Amino acid sequence: MTQKKRISIKIAGAQGQGAGSGGQGLSKVLKRAGYHVFGVFDFMSLIKGGHSFYQISFSNEELHANTEKFHILLCFDPQNTEETVGDIETLNEGGLFFVDDSIALKPEITVALEKVGAKLCPIPMIKLGFEIGGNRIMGNTVGLGAIVGTLGIPFDFLDQVVQQNFAKKSKEIAASNSAVAQAGYDYGLKNFGDSFKFEMPSPDKEKTAEKMLINGNEAIAFGSYAGGCRFVSAYPMTPGTSVFEWFTKNNAKLGVVTKHTEDEIAAICMAIGAGQVGARAMTSTSGGGFCLMVEALGLAGMTEVPVVIVNAQRGGPSTGLPTRTEQSDLLFAINASHGEFPRIVLTPGTIEQCYEAGYRAHNLAAKYQTPVIILTDLLLSEEIRDTDPNFYQLPQIDLGKMVSVAELDAMEEPYLRYKFTEDGVSPRALYGHPKSVYAPSTDEHDETGHITEDATNRNKMMEKRMQKHESCINDIKAPEFFGSDNADLTLIVWGSTYGATREAIEIFNADEKNKEKINLLHYSEVWPFPLEATKSALKKVKLSVCLEQNYTAQFARLLRSEADYNVDHKINKYDGRQITPEEIIREVKKIFAQSLVSSAK
Amino acid sequence: MVITQERQKVTAKDFKSSQKSTWCPGCGDFGIQSALQTALINSGIAPWQVLLVSGIGCGSKLPDYINANGYMTLHGRGTTIACGAHLANPKLVTISIGGDGDSLGMGLGHAVHNMRRNMDIVQIIENNEVYGLTKGQYSPTSKRGFRTTTSPEGAIEFAVNPLAIGLAAGATFIGRGFSGDPKFTADIIQQALEHKGYALVEVLQTCPSYNKLQSTDWYKEYSYKVLEENANYNCQDPLQAFELALKDDGRYPMGILYKNDNRPTYIEQVPAYKESQTPIIERPLKIEAEFFANLKKSYI
Ligand SMILES: Cc1ncc(C[n+]2csc(CCOP(=O)(O)OP(=O)(O)O)c2C)c(N)n1
Ligand code: SF4
Ligand SMILES: [Mg+2]
Repeated sequence: MTQKKRISIKIAGAQGQGAGSGGQGLSKVLKRAGYHVFGVFDFMSLIKGGHSFYQISFSNEELHANTEKFHILLCFDPQNTEETVGDIETLNEGGLFFVDDSIALKPEITVALEKVGAKLCPIPMIKLGFEIGGNRIMGNTVGLGAIVGTLGIPFDFLDQVVQQNFAKKSKEIAASNSAVAQAGYDYGLKNFGDSFKFEMPSPDKEKTAEKMLINGNEAIAFGSYAGGCRFVSAYPMTPGTSVFEWFTKNNAKLGVVTKHTEDEIAAICMAIGAGQVGARAMTSTSGGGFCLMVEALGLAGMTEVPVVIVNAQRGGPSTGLPTRTEQSDLLFAINASHGEFPRIVLTPGTIEQCYEAGYRAHNLAAKYQTPVIILTDLLLSEEIRDTDPNFYQLPQIDLGKMVSVAELDAMEEPYLRYKFTEDGVSPRALYGHPKSVYAPSTDEHDETGHITEDATNRNKMMEKRMQKHESCINDIKAPEFFGSDNADLTLIVWGSTYGATREAIEIFNADEKNKEKINLLHYSEVWPFPLEATKSALKKVKLSVCLEQNYTAQFARLLRSEADYNVDHKINKYDGRQITPEEIIREVKKIFAQSLVSSAK
Repeated sequence: MVITQERQKVTAKDFKSSQKSTWCPGCGDFGIQSALQTALINSGIAPWQVLLVSGIGCGSKLPDYINANGYMTLHGRGTTIACGAHLANPKLVTISIGGDGDSLGMGLGHAVHNMRRNMDIVQIIENNEVYGLTKGQYSPTSKRGFRTTTSPEGAIEFAVNPLAIGLAAGATFIGRGFSGDPKFTADIIQQALEHKGYALVEVLQTCPSYNKLQSTDWYKEYSYKVLEENANYNCQDPLQAFELALKDDGRYPMGILYKNDNRPTYIEQVPAYKESQTPIIERPLKIEAEFFANLKKSYI
């Protein structure tokens, strides 16, 4: 394996200055120009001010995470001196620092540039924005144009994206943005084209131009829709909101009922009401909202209603770090709500897995008539990567055991909503037919749904519901290895940390002396716990390191409680920032060093 | 509700449940059940066409004791579940039913929002001014001074005024009945069923176990039928309705206190129902290949 070539760009600004949209636009330009890209927005919980940045990497090979160092920094807010110095420190030696030429820079900034060995590249962003576009915000387009020009990427790719982004507004706006982009492009090419000394990866349009740039939340929403979801009720909470907004944006076209509710309790309750009458329904939220949903989760479990809940985790507890990433709701998701009932927890780690989780969640919820939780996190919900459109296919829709109208018409015995069956799943008839009149209760109930406290019935009903937990284990995806089968060290991960870990393995193993030394084992579905698959996977693991973005090593605890397995080492990170491949490599090296010492002893 | 289903010829027999009621002898919930049943019969709504969603409490057990579609859910959350069901299958005649603690304690926030949305459902509140199922604590509608285990010196809070809240929140139908007068109450429920938009029906309810003072005789003394006292009462006039709701003479006005037929319902305005009224659960899930391809294209 050789080291892949990557170029990294950071666009920084005060919140509201357009670093996020600029980053997304630039990602699209790079993808169309023939590069694989990976982008993610790092932002604060405020609307205007503060400091946020968009990070993009591009390469001739697929990317799964950003690394720590950058080649280009485009800065909209040099007034934020401390933050800007921090950003400059992430530049490589020889990196370029693009900034508006009319803003006076504090000495600290020039000092930092010198220390790093980065080059100051002043551009008349505001001036050209005003002169050509008529307003200051167009200066952003000048900046983006300058980057594209400096990199020597043909202007056409930038122009297409600009035209497309502004087409919705008006022809004039699109045209003036295009002119502004051209001015920035020319300026960058002319003044800094020769200053960019890094080797560019070679583009291959065939490979990337037709790829989809979709983020994790969009992929979950898209997958859910493809999987038949037609009812979504939710209450805004970052980072879960954009799943909901994917539906609200187009609800008429999609034929989906969406409801922004008064709170998360109502959000899940409406989804359960819709699920109970036969809709494939879901809600999406983050940890705090999920906390409010917990009682109703039990309602769905007890009355066996299919419903899907997306919990995009963020830093907790309580309001915690609202716009930062964390994986600290794992054991909560698995155990949430009082009493015992079956539930399924999916933990996708890639954008493709988000799409799969979307439709699989609805299929599994219908098949086992029980709630399904999709547990992601801020990083995954925001990250974009070029993915293959052919991957996104219309899935098979599994409605589960349904009793049709014709079957009801012909039915002679009374219909039993909670009929005891071998797999615990009772055939489901919907309301609306004279022979399927039933009134289930969240109280313990008998096969008809009527309330009873009879002890024998209680045992049988409990066993029936919990049988579904057993029945669905075979449907849960086994954990998957990435990298060699015969590595010395295995990083055990779940959810979004797949990306950075995979990238770390590629970088580390590319070093000739580390060939195939480390691999990873990733869980994209965790509950019911895939025990047999885990046992056979762990047989191949020599030295295990459980890596997660939480404090209490929740997955390591799960491995201990479910598989009676103790991991050898743990890496835990809880500062709200996504772990980087470099951080992982540093930790792995420490672990190797430690185990050398202990084996020497 | 806008009732789209064909009316049926139904009788009391159709609603007869196999279950034995567990309510205390003399409980007002019997009267409410009978009123609801009569209203359904008179409206020609069959057990399979209705959906009774309840919360938790004595009164919320009603769906267990009547043969009709039902769903007994969580304390205070019945209305939201009813709204979800209604939006997914508007064909079902959806009625939310629950006690005063359930509907006006836990559920008050939900109720207010569904009123202002003009959700096309009926909400029945069985108001015995006490928590029955948890054995007699004071409730949001209990009178000041009401002594219970959790208010041994007498409740110090002012009671919730469901009529005033309903008016302020934008309910488009507000009625009040009494469990001791099932015929009168049935008529109000029937009109609520025929009302287009959110209909709030509060039913004063006796609880001989935990609210002994407020017996049937007591209610007869302290309540009156609005139209009997004022034949010119205009329920379409919100100011008259407010006056009535706020008039504090120690007596309960009963009847249809407010009705507004000029507001669109929520579901009428839902984009997914604008072109087609077919319930979303009856629409095919298949996605056209071209539509799907275009969705993908938007990311390229
Ligand atoms: C979340 C939750 N909290 C508390 C309870 C306990 N609980 C059951 S019924 C009830 C009050 C019932 O009062 P009301 O709603 O007025 O109904 P009634 O029994 O009077 O008909 C309470 C507090 C519960 N079931 N769920
Ligand atoms: S406690 Fe009161 S409300 Fe409950 S069943 Fe007995 S009488 Fe009816
Ligand atoms: Mg009560």
